[in-house]
Amino acid sequence: MSGPTLEQIAKGDGLALCAAGSWTARFAPALEKLVGEAEKLTGSRPNIFIDVSQVSKLDTFGAWLIERLRRALTNGGHEAQIAGLSANYATLVDEVRRVKPAVAPPAAGSHLTAVLDGIGRNIYGIGETLVALVDMIGAVIAAWFRVWRHPSKFRLTSVVHHLQQVCWNAVPIVVLITFLIGCIVAQQGLFHFRRFGADVFVVDMLGVLVLRELGVLLVAIMVAGRSGSAYTAELGSMKMREEIDALRTMGFDAIEVLILPRMVALVLALPILAFLGAMAALYGGGLVAWLYGGVDPSSFLSRLREAISINHFIVGMVKAPVMAMVIGIVACVEGLAVQGSAESLGQHTTSSVVKGIFFVIVMDGVFAIFFATIGI
Amino acid sequence: MTSTTATPASATATAAASTSADAIISVRDLTVAFGSRRVLDGLNLNVARGEILGFVGASGAGKSVLMRTIIGLVPKVSGTIEVFGTDLDGGDKARRDVERRWGILFQHGALFSSLSVRQNIQFPVREYLKVSERLLDEITMAKLTMVGLKPEVADRYPSELSGGMIKRVALARALALDPEIVFLDEPTSGLDPIGAGDFDELVRTLQRTLGLTVFMVTHDLDSLHTACDRIAVLGNGKIIAQGTMADMLASQHPWLREYFHGKRARAVIG
Repeated sequence: MSGPTLEQIAKGDGLALCAAGSWTARFAPALEKLVGEAEKLTGSRPNIFIDVSQVSKLDTFGAWLIERLRRALTNGGHEAQIAGLSANYATLVDEVRRVKPAVAPPAAGSHLTAVLDGIGRNIYGIGETLVALVDMIGAVIAAWFRVWRHPSKFRLTSVVHHLQQVCWNAVPIVVLITFLIGCIVAQQGLFHFRRFGADVFVVDMLGVLVLRELGVLLVAIMVAGRSGSAYTAELGSMKMREEIDALRTMGFDAIEVLILPRMVALVLALPILAFLGAMAALYGGGLVAWLYGGVDPSSFLSRLREAISINHFIVGMVKAPVMAMVIGIVACVEGLAVQGSAESLGQHTTSSVVKGIFFVIVMDGVFAIFFATIGI
Repeated sequence: MTSTTATPASATATAAASTSADAIISVRDLTVAFGSRRVLDGLNLNVARGEILGFVGASGAGKSVLMRTIIGLVPKVSGTIEVFGTDLDGGDKARRDVERRWGILFQHGALFSSLSVRQNIQFPVREYLKVSERLLDEITMAKLTMVGLKPEVADRYPSELSGGMIKRVALARALALDPEIVFLDEPTSGLDPIGAGDFDELVRTLQRTLGLTVFMVTHDLDSLHTACDRIAVLGNGKIIAQGTMADMLASQHPWLREYFHGKRARAVIG
């Protein structure tokens, strides 16, 4: 296949532009250059023939560039004509003749307006997020009461299925991570307390920290990353494929069918996981205290009994279902906000996890203030 | 079907397609299996340059599987596939050269949902050709005009398009690099009869103007009737019949009789 050429031949008061070779997409960069140079042609000759009889192969790219050349020359005050078209290429050139000048993509505003625009939208977006969250809380509570009055509407199978996903399948990783965190906290505690000869106080620290704060917070963050993201992706892809619209048209309430079972499963799962996590962390801490700090198990247990009261455990456990609700609500709101594109699904899944973790930590702070005020 | 004798140059496209001499796509003894289930079993098919081949068969007979095997999305068990005379098993480089010369319209469009229509069409062009933004935009407009869409559509996103528009944009993207072959997987499914008729007309026009070879998997009797030069029928993992519409109508094969003489067919063909 030979490359394209465009030769200029003077003919009396006219000029012939002889195109030859292969005018196809393959040679598009070269073609563009040829045509660009020919477009600048401003001779005194009024008549210009674009002779394409020597063109061996023509496709849309070539046909368009010939047409573009003709338009440019005509606009430049020349009498431009395309000559030597074979029958099947003539239809192609006719086809591209219908093309109107390109519409440029919408221009972006100036940099400053773009920044201000972004800030404005984000602030507006925060308000919208809060409204959506409150809306979802209301819808879930309403659905809960509807189901309460008609227990036959409760989707037990669905709850059990989600419980397996978010609770049972999460046990190994949750237990492993909390066990390791327990080990690390105990090791660090021992390292610093040893300087004061207060080795045994590591048990106090571990017990209070794990039962009150660390156990539940850590597990909640893991659940937000593991199950919150899954909820958002599931609901989001259902939204994208119009499955949620299909449910609505069949007279089902998406909140009742999809969201309530997920919320119930999460609210049941998080306390269980938090409990298992706390136990694993204490076990890990105890192991390190024994092997690394020389605190044997029986003295670890008796010290633990003195150091913590049932209140510490209750404070930790009370937080778990509330955090589960926060994670679930955020995940479902984000899932239902997914638009048509794959990118949107990714964005909302990310923001589900980020917002979920953020609200979990905010809730933890609120609880800390509350319990401090009532003196537990 | 695969006689090895050379065809005289004067033979018609239909006759030429029955030998591999002038075939742009040539499939020989192709077997594809999923587990122990053989979907295609020793299939032979030739597609001639410049023809529109309609490919029919019962649902689940493996029409899409054949198309996906030719374009390399489904692995084959045995057999050879040649496109432009290049064996597609002949290494990555040969394969990429071939891939640049075909365009594919997937059944549901498969537009990139996070790119606008303009970006969707420009995507393959940007990848393969170093041309200016101006030419890119102009070519986008040319393709949109060719598939019968208004220039305003260019900055919409796939989720904002109707089903028919998605098919048209997907066709524009398939044509972006001016391929020599286009594969169409059920191009008219989900379109209203007028839209489907327009689409058939469009495929015909493009085939005439661009000299395309079209491989069309379809169930649409109208498309077969108006757009296709030749029809191939898939059954039991093999081509059970191929030829023009008239050949199909004359066939005595029970499935063909039911397909082409059924109630719906009579309404179309009369």
